[in-house]
Amino acid sequence: MRFATVFLMMVLALPVFAVQPDEILTDPAMEARARDISADLRCLVCQNQSIDDSDAPLARDLRVLVRERLLAGDTNDETVAYIVDRYGDYVLLKPPFNAETLLLWAAPLGALIIGGAIVAVFMRRRSSEPVAVAQALTSEEQARLKDLMQGDGS
Amino acid sequence: MIAEIGHFALVLAFCVALVQGSVPLWGAWRGNGAMMALAPGAALAQVVLISIAFAALMYAYVVSDFSVANVYANSHSLKPMLYKVSGVWGNHEGSLLLWVLILALFGLAVAFMGANLPLTLRSRVLAIQGLIAAGFLAFSLFTSNPFLRLDPAPLDGQDLNPLLQDPGLAFHPPFLYLGYVGFSMAFSFAVAALLEGRVDAAWARWVRPWTLAAWTSLTLGIAMGSWWAYYELGWGGWWFWDPVENASFMPWLAGTALLHSAIVTEKRGALKSWTVLLAIIAFSLSLLGTFLVRSGVLTSVHAFATDPTRGIFILLLLIVAIGGSLALYAWRAPTLKADGLFAPISREGALVLNNLLLATACFTVLVGTLYPLLLDVIGGAKVSVGPPFFELTFIPLMVPLLLAMAAGPLMAWKRADLRGVLSRMKAIVFACLALWGFIWWYTTDLSPLPAFGIALATWIAMGALLEFSERIQLFRIKPGASLRRAAGLPRSAYGMSVSHLGVAVLVAGITASSAWQTEIIRAMQPGDSQEIAGYTLVFEGVNPGQGPNYTYERGQFAVLRDGEQIAIMEPEKRQFFVQTMLTTEAAIRTTLMADLYLVLGDSGADGSWAVRIYYNPLVPWIWGGCLMMVFGGLISLTDRRLRLAIPSRRKQAVAAKPQAA
Repeated sequence: MRFATVFLMMVLALPVFAVQPDEILTDPAMEARARDISADLRCLVCQNQSIDDSDAPLARDLRVLVRERLLAGDTNDETVAYIVDRYGDYVLLKPPFNAETLLLWAAPLGALIIGGAIVAVFMRRRSSEPVAVAQALTSEEQARLKDLMQGDGS
Repeated sequence: MIAEIGHFALVLAFCVALVQGSVPLWGAWRGNGAMMALAPGAALAQVVLISIAFAALMYAYVVSDFSVANVYANSHSLKPMLYKVSGVWGNHEGSLLLWVLILALFGLAVAFMGANLPLTLRSRVLAIQGLIAAGFLAFSLFTSNPFLRLDPAPLDGQDLNPLLQDPGLAFHPPFLYLGYVGFSMAFSFAVAALLEGRVDAAWARWVRPWTLAAWTSLTLGIAMGSWWAYYELGWGGWWFWDPVENASFMPWLAGTALLHSAIVTEKRGALKSWTVLLAIIAFSLSLLGTFLVRSGVLTSVHAFATDPTRGIFILLLLIVAIGGSLALYAWRAPTLKADGLFAPISREGALVLNNLLLATACFTVLVGTLYPLLLDVIGGAKVSVGPPFFELTFIPLMVPLLLAMAAGPLMAWKRADLRGVLSRMKAIVFACLALWGFIWWYTTDLSPLPAFGIALATWIAMGALLEFSERIQLFRIKPGASLRRAAGLPRSAYGMSVSHLGVAVLVAGITASSAWQTEIIRAMQPGDSQEIAGYTLVFEGVNPGQGPNYTYERGQFAVLRDGEQIAIMEPEKRQFFVQTMLTTEAAIRTTLMADLYLVLGDSGADGSWAVRIYYNPLVPWIWGGCLMMVFGGLISLTDRRLRLAIPSRRKQAVAAKPQAA
């Protein structure tokens, strides 16, 4: 029972939402930079959330860290590099471009080019083909057609 | 006892599905009428049996029978009745049962409304449906049985995740599943057509309403999910490019492409084998989506391995269904002869462009969703693929699609005059360019993109209106004659106009809400006030209270405009008893043009409360646009040409135009 109470208090102590009023920097321009940076950093203990959206304590730590680096005079890139040095590429919601992500980044344009080429070949082949003759009717259909031409079709 | 009846019915349904999946197929191959005649009866039996199983599980939930393991794990005696009922499909086992129930209902619809289908085609379609059902029923029975008992029975259950105890989410899965499973119809028709070696206008006319029904449900399901995320998750976002969202978005993209390519197949007899392939892809992505979400593989590759039987079963089903149908396609598709010729610049050409861009977008989402998993499996680095990737790749694909969307419907079939089309749109082009410049200047944004988004939405809307007014020859003939023309237009024309206008509204909503959102985060003492977007919010305090299965703290904010109180907003924090979980209930005040969105945070030692206030312009348009798309789909479904079960009328139509087929 005591364990349950302690657990309950722990849960209750969690902040309900992401950025807390006490984290916000007084300089609005710098705060805006911090928000931009944290929107692209992954909360490592969450499922697919940025630290800007996450209410996990670790996300809060990272948000505070981002603001500390900015206050220390780092540029946006330096701040991100500082965090990637410590947590790896996994922390980036926008994966870096390297050998391992080559296929990922090449996929959209590659698919568009290949798809476009297929369409182009198809179009060229179709336009050089003679006009297709109407499909021949099967004997069943011919009988039905004959019926229709003679009768009232009902 | 009731649970055992349900279990027994499920086993019987599996047996029936095996018969339905084999005998009519054999009969269609051998031309055996008696064997083919078995299919409709089997489809009916399946619906009855699976309904019994579903009702049994629902009964167990409603009376809180915690001796059933599934009820114990996902329900609680204190839970409100609505969520006891929706809890049936709020978990893996129950949602699978819902899946096969919907599948069986679709099968029944073919059996009873398909009296005018060629007998072999109907038998094959029903057999494929039977095979899909057999696969899923086996998966349910052997790895995810919802009727397993616990002995001794626990006193009370573990409750449903509080986030899921929400009216929006109660009905989100059924619509999503209607969409997923609806694509099984297009799939079964595609596979049956490959077996028959024949795709014609009648086939496309059969596939279109099913695809349209599936697409409409899926649109509604996705919109409900995103709406839920918006008001429940409490940070004002509505789409996160989360793998679970992507899993439902991929079939939607493929289904949208299918919807458009089926038009070309029906009207012009072209793109046959592509339409068949898209039908297979749309359902394959639905299967993939179901499994990605249900297998736990998305949270981690390792979660997949914690239940190897489930994982391997899933993989086998995917390989058989997707691999088998694609192999059949590779073998049989070359026999499908297309006969509609068209120039690149034509209505068909525009629809091909639509398909190219939608297919590429769908592939992009697929790669982005699966890449981290695949890289992890082959031992590569751990990477995250999040919203920035998708925004960077998806949006550039959508812009040309949306630009072409206004012009496409104005083009003639077979061969169109692009210059002529553009000259008809000249006024719109200039109006939109001027609007772009004006909004950019007016908002003083650094980036021209938000203004471009609004101009793009205007472009789509005006294009749709122009197309409609040309159809009824507005201002060119007398208004009365125009009105008569409008009354005579097919419903599908109205459906298209409404859906396309819905896209315009959606684009405007997405643009404005992401570009011009105002956010204020601060600590407020009772009595403090805060200005936002012309409103003044006065914080009056927080009152505690108790709901059915939670306690809450409810903030009170007076909303003032020009010094006058116009509303009270009450955001809540809820503490659920059983799962000891906190949820936030945002307070939202909407004017249809914008939302005022309020979330209550923690209280500080000094008696202040953290408060998050958003002003989200045009955000209701996002769901308004989706609803218009759904409405457009429904209008189209009532089109006479697509309406089902009117064989006499269909026969007349065929008799009048024998070459149409």
